[in-house]
Amino acid sequence: MSDRENIVSIRNLSKIYAQGEIQVTALHDISLAIAAGEFLTLMGPSGSGKSTLLHIIAGVDRPTSGECLVQGVDVTKLNESQLADWRNQNVGFVFQTFNLIPVLTAFENVELPLLLTRLGPAQRRRQVHAALELVGLADRMHHLPKQLSGGQEQRVAIARALVTDPRLVVADEPTGNLDSHSAQEVLGILQSLSRQAGKTVIMVTHDPKAAAFGSRSIHLEKGELTN
Amino acid sequence: MALPIRYSLRNALVRWRSTIATVLGIALVVFVFVLLQSLAAGIERSSGNTGDPRNLMVVRKGSTAESASLISRATLQEIRYFPEIARHEAGDPIISADVLALVNLPRRNNGGEANVLLRGVTPRGRELRPQVHLVAGRWFEPGKREVVVSAKLARRFANFDIGESFKSGNATLTVVGWLAGGGSAFDSECWLDADECRSIFERDMYSSFLIRPVDAAAGAKLIARIEADRRFKLKVEKEVEYYRKQTMTAAPIKWLGGFLAVTMSIGAVFAAMNTMYAAVGARTREIGTLRVLGYRRRFVVVALLVEGAFLALLGGVLGCVLAFHWNGYTTATMGFETFSEIVFEFRVTPGLIAKGLIFAVVVGLIGTALPAIRASRLPVIAALKSL
Repeated sequence: MSDRENIVSIRNLSKIYAQGEIQVTALHDISLAIAAGEFLTLMGPSGSGKSTLLHIIAGVDRPTSGECLVQGVDVTKLNESQLADWRNQNVGFVFQTFNLIPVLTAFENVELPLLLTRLGPAQRRRQVHAALELVGLADRMHHLPKQLSGGQEQRVAIARALVTDPRLVVADEPTGNLDSHSAQEVLGILQSLSRQAGKTVIMVTHDPKAAAFGSRSIHLEKGELTN
Repeated sequence: MALPIRYSLRNALVRWRSTIATVLGIALVVFVFVLLQSLAAGIERSSGNTGDPRNLMVVRKGSTAESASLISRATLQEIRYFPEIARHEAGDPIISADVLALVNLPRRNNGGEANVLLRGVTPRGRELRPQVHLVAGRWFEPGKREVVVSAKLARRFANFDIGESFKSGNATLTVVGWLAGGGSAFDSECWLDADECRSIFERDMYSSFLIRPVDAAAGAKLIARIEADRRFKLKVEKEVEYYRKQTMTAAPIKWLGGFLAVTMSIGAVFAAMNTMYAAVGARTREIGTLRVLGYRRRFVVVALLVEGAFLALLGGVLGCVLAFHWNGYTTATMGFETFSEIVFEFRVTPGLIAKGLIFAVVVGLIGTALPAIRASRLPVIAALKSL
């Protein structure tokens, strides 16, 4: 696959953490390409480096060496402020623990990424409404997170990830804190984002059943790709 | 656009226990600050509210107050016929030669003793001070050992009810009326006939003259004429200016207010800091999430500063409300100008309230600065992994 067709191109990526005098290799010489519209699952045991890889692709963490092109931009070259802007415009995040702001309503949580854009209040309102409609929670928009179930919280988080219409959505164990029914719902939404909306979804998971929703699965072990 | 203000405000209210502790701490500091400043403002207002802008006050050169001044009767005879002085319909010059004396009198309810200022005035003296009026009883009669006391002093001193008597010098004075000075320094005085006062205290000298010049130009000319005459050795200034300068008593109160506010505010800063460190600690993951969503460090700092300032403002409002409860309350202290009891009211002015609120917000911002900077420097990954 050429870089033009790929939304993510990783070459010789390594990440080494220094823990005192000990050096821990989290990722070793990873090269990987992810096509636009793909639903890629990253699997592997704890400490295998899958979350680290996800964080580097999403511009939250930095590699020790190597190159990570996302939509043609080498995110390893951006400074702190540029990365913040880039993340806001290009990546949607879904976390295992939902990470909603407890004092803000579902509507306000979803609106958060849009407050950093130049959109006016009316346009923001339309986009938030559409995102909440997409996850089936338009009727819960004025509820606080504590008034929602775990599954509903994660759907609000997905709405927040989608509200800026990013091409890339990253999800770190998004079903880890959900019951099986809610997990199915969330995975279904992520799958439809890839299949119907053409979003590229990269999901970290331990669960083979969850991984089955993806279009491709890769495994990491001790910081290296095994397939 | 920064984080919505409601984010900061709601967060401040969510942790209501620590919020209340911080708000109360800052409220106490602001209360003390505003209350002590309102005392000083009351004293300043009492002095600043005294006098008629047309009148001139004459005291001995070098005297800081009437009570420390002595002017001979011969000087009065020389000055009273100066043409710059206005004249009454009957042709008498409008000048009052006053005699001031301090007497030590018992307070009500065995509250100890304090100095009271007695002013011996002529009928012209009363005319020159129209803000002083009788609120009960009658005026003293010349030639009689009668006194009219301030109604505000009457509430604080024994034997000041109408019809009662007290010893003064070698005489017994009978209270025949109560006067009110309209919030001026005269509210801290007792008035009697000038000649009686000289007689009782065996004074051959006057303390001060109060003069009404013909007009402003004549007033300026009179000031120049009296001050230039080396025989008199007198200082002349507008009566209102004289009283405006009599605010020495307010200075140490102001200083004390500032000192207490600064020392107490150090504690309040730490309270705010403690609250905000706890807030940052409890919201580490939340802050990490905001950073991941694209919020830069400065947004986090601003959001936390807004939160700290909001807490402090709540404390400031509470402190001001508590202090305002004392607005208009009458109290007294010893005046450093006259060494007598001066009565005044707490004055919680809009300016003082504004100062109190600004002071509170500054305390809040200082207390929040370090926790806010710490929060903004949290590594995103570490913040996201925090429990």
